[in-house]
Amino acid sequence: MSGEIRQVLRLGRTARGRFALAALCGTAATGAAVALGGTAAWLIARAAQHPPVLYLMVAIVAVRAFGLSRGVFRYAERLVGHDTALRVLGRLRVTTYRRLAALAPAGLAAHRSGDLSARLVGDIDSLADVWLRLLLPYTVAGLVGAGTVAFTAWLLPSAGLALGATLLVVAVASPALAGRVSRHAEARIAPLRGELAARTVDLLAGTAELTAHGATGLALAGYADADTALSAAERRAAAGQGLAAALATVAGGAAVWSAVALGTPAVRHGTLTGLLFAVLALMPLAVHEAYAALPSAAAQLPRLRGAARRVLAVLRRPDPVTDPAQPAAEPTPPYHLRLRAVTARWRDTDVLRGLDLDVPAGTRVAITGESGSGKSTLAAVLLRFCDHTGSITLGGTELADLAGDTVRRHIGLCAQDVYLFDTTIAENLRLARPTATDDDLHAALRRARLDGFVAGLPDGLDTFVGEHGDTLSGGQRQRLALARALLADPPILVLDEPTEHLDEPTAAALTRDLLAATAGRTVLLLTHRRADLTAVDTVYDLRDGRLIPGVSTAPDAATARTFVP
Amino acid sequence: MRPVDPRLLRYARATAGHLAVLVVLGAATAGLVIAQAGLLADTIAGVVEHGVGLAALGTPLILLAAVIAGRAVVAWVTEAEGHRAAARVKSTLRRRLLAHVVDLGPAHLTAHRTGRLTTLATTGVDALDGYFAKYLPQLVLAVVVPAAILARVLPADPVAAVTIAVTLPLIPVFMVLIGLATRAATRNRYDALTRLAHHFLDVVAGLPTLKVFGRAAAQADTIRRITDRYRRSTLATLRIAFLSALVLELIATLSVALVAVGIGLRLVDGHLDLRTALLVLILAPEAYLPLRAVGTHYHASADGLAAAEEVLTVLDTPRPEVGRAAPPTEVTDIALDHVTVTHPDRPEPAPDDASLHLTRGEIVALTGPSGAGKSTLLAVLLGFATPERGRVLVNGYDLAGLDPDRWRRHVGWAAQQPYLFTGTVADNVRLGAPTAGDTAVAAAARDACLDVPLDTPVGEHGAGLSAGQRRRVALARAYLRDADVLLLDEPTAGLDPDTEARVLARLRTVAAGRIVLLVSHRPAALAAADTVVDLAPAPRQPALR
Repeated sequence: MSGEIRQVLRLGRTARGRFALAALCGTAATGAAVALGGTAAWLIARAAQHPPVLYLMVAIVAVRAFGLSRGVFRYAERLVGHDTALRVLGRLRVTTYRRLAALAPAGLAAHRSGDLSARLVGDIDSLADVWLRLLLPYTVAGLVGAGTVAFTAWLLPSAGLALGATLLVVAVASPALAGRVSRHAEARIAPLRGELAARTVDLLAGTAELTAHGATGLALAGYADADTALSAAERRAAAGQGLAAALATVAGGAAVWSAVALGTPAVRHGTLTGLLFAVLALMPLAVHEAYAALPSAAAQLPRLRGAARRVLAVLRRPDPVTDPAQPAAEPTPPYHLRLRAVTARWRDTDVLRGLDLDVPAGTRVAITGESGSGKSTLAAVLLRFCDHTGSITLGGTELADLAGDTVRRHIGLCAQDVYLFDTTIAENLRLARPTATDDDLHAALRRARLDGFVAGLPDGLDTFVGEHGDTLSGGQRQRLALARALLADPPILVLDEPTEHLDEPTAAALTRDLLAATAGRTVLLLTHRRADLTAVDTVYDLRDGRLIPGVSTAPDAATARTFVP
Repeated sequence: MRPVDPRLLRYARATAGHLAVLVVLGAATAGLVIAQAGLLADTIAGVVEHGVGLAALGTPLILLAAVIAGRAVVAWVTEAEGHRAAARVKSTLRRRLLAHVVDLGPAHLTAHRTGRLTTLATTGVDALDGYFAKYLPQLVLAVVVPAAILARVLPADPVAAVTIAVTLPLIPVFMVLIGLATRAATRNRYDALTRLAHHFLDVVAGLPTLKVFGRAAAQADTIRRITDRYRRSTLATLRIAFLSALVLELIATLSVALVAVGIGLRLVDGHLDLRTALLVLILAPEAYLPLRAVGTHYHASADGLAAAEEVLTVLDTPRPEVGRAAPPTEVTDIALDHVTVTHPDRPEPAPDDASLHLTRGEIVALTGPSGAGKSTLLAVLLGFATPERGRVLVNGYDLAGLDPDRWRRHVGWAAQQPYLFTGTVADNVRLGAPTAGDTAVAAAARDACLDVPLDTPVGEHGAGLSAGQRRRVALARAYLRDADVLLLDEPTAGLDPDTEARVLARLRTVAAGRIVLLVSHRPAALAAADTVVDLAPAPRQPALR
């Protein structure tokens, strides 16, 4: 078993006891099926000798009992197995969540997009399948197989050996062959499938363009060509697909055949009775029937291994920031923010290079800069989401000497990529202050100029905002985020591109309200829109990792007022 | 869900041929299973009753090996043939789906639906592999094999045959009964699982926000609590849901046990010989096996079948009715007459009762807040959207009566968010005029002030070009159409003022002799127009400046 899978199993090790119980039930169920086959064979062979019926009673009762118990034990196995998997799932989620919480957001840089976090979460959840769909069937098959092989070997050693070999073929060789064949086919088919997928996207996302320009016929013809190539490759690969199933069939047949071929001379030589020969010949049918489910369990391995690898890669990422062992005392007002020679990296490049900045308490400072100039890195450094060198002090205390949560109680953030949780407006707001009363919430909404909108909703504060706040417009989402930041009431508020993704009139209105709502507060406004700079005390331009007083001289700078401190 | 959707047979002919092949292969499997059982019964009976040696068993053992090899070959051919059929059917479905969606037109394709259809045409349809290669063969086996076994057992031991014949139908009957009884419970469990996964995803995706407010640690307990609550409620429903499996196993195994005990007792009485008894004992479980396997493969193929049903539903969507009349050879005049369109996702109509007159040589600019229906108005002119009230007159002819494909030859359109295709810049400019020469392309690019070399490669979704360059590629694309009507949606958004001024100056030349309608917020663009129409939302009437 691969290393990744072993590590995943370690994550869920508390479930071991329950898993053992599930495996026991499963072994009893499968064992009952095999025992039924063997006992029935004995019963028939013995009955053929026309003994008094009484002599058969034990076998008859045993056959009926095995027939009944198989279903009952299987039922128990399923229940206990699912219970185990769900317990593992809960544990995996909490463990990985804790680790993700330590990494967020800088350590999760590669997982920013919604699709990737969806994939990560899907991966975490699928790891519970390692126990239920991979380990459980193999453990049960292994135990039953070992028992049957031992019993057969006791009857006739050579037959036991042959049975064991055929079972290994089904459990190991056939899935390995299937994996090899599908990997080989996939290597040839994947590029063709990718080509077809790209054309699908072009056709569907570009339908309007293609239709308007009368180009659908040409695009569909190109699609048909790509489809023909893919379909032809798939048909060529089909021949390999059934090989594993054929191998398993041969193995099952070989088990019966060798039992007959090896048992016959043994009967003739008197080392095996005719009765037990019947058992020896028919039991392989029952074991192989039980093993038939293993290839589909093994087929899960590549998927689970991939999921395990991706989850472990995230979990192993180093902490982006380490909290001090002995945090310093909470800083005290006035909260003067002072940065000296601050250098910070984002994705292995120095984005801030010896940056100096002073934000005296109660002032409003704006920092402009093109996208990618490092504004968001500066915000991340100030919130202790990202490590830095140089000195950042808050009211005289080094940020690096404070616990991250303490820093974030003093420096709040309202970022461009607002995240709203799929719950009510009230709950989204209370995230910032769990103890806030409805009046507090209304006051914060009023300052973000969202109170009118919320008052007009039938459910008011208890309105659900939908997934990622989908039921709200971009401007409303941004205002809700602002209200949330105001409710948290940090002494210093960092606003990172608060008007990004909004259309021009909405952005202008929001900027006005934003600056009004934060009047008298220490604010650091990071923006690439020069139009946002009408009501701040100081403006800097972030270029080449340093701050330059005044706005840049980019093309439309002439249209904005220039502020020089 | 039906096991075989009749529409699948109609839309994908290969399915019917595949089913016929499967019946032949199923009959071969049944024959080989019965032959194997007969050979085994013969040899075992011979050894047990008469102590025959290997020498006497030569022929039966060779035959047995041949039967086993035959079963392996049939298993191989069945699966390979399944994959081959799947490849054919998938190809048919994909092509039909895309051709039909394109026919349904852009109005049908909301952003959500585009994503869904893309998934459907790629991974969705691919899930049919399991359906064709595993499920359908198993389904055929589940019908053919038990029937063949019953036919073989009946003359040998009628009592056992009756036992099997009575219990066998119980399996599908109970599967359906319990399935119906637990459907609600299963659905609830599935919904709960989805909600739970959604909550976990929501929390993980929102981690940065939780950290900003110092709430990240508190959520770990919440996750534990609700996962645990879900586990308990799920186990309660699973206790019922797994009953179907319990009944299935009980019927199948208990029936085999009953058959075994029955033939054992008839053997003692001398009503049966050992050979027949062994034959029945070996065949009895084989009768139940395919039926039980159908259940396991059903779940594996459900995704593919669901995808196929979705594809078939799209294919059953009727194409929109379109006009057939030829448009005028030269479009000189367009009038929008009280046009109202209600977008399915919005409560208010936008545009609402918009009237507008466009003539040759005049640049008309359309402005107004987002949501006022500016882009929708362009969609109406392109024939992508149909007004629910009002009409569009082209040289006095109702647009609704014109053949949309031929009408669009008169229109050059630059979308608000232009879609660029993989290839070069020149390829993209040529989209609407594939045969245009290099000089014509270069001229169109010059008119659009496109400042990238025409052989610049364009990646997926226009990667490699800036937003402003993408817009200008779309503009050049519209110009190269050399059309009577130009519809330009936000042509200068994202351009710096210098470039914007140059684009607008060029537009004046391009517009000569053409009808130009441009949508914009930008003051410079509005200033460059001859007429500005403010498409304010209802209840205000659009007013000419």
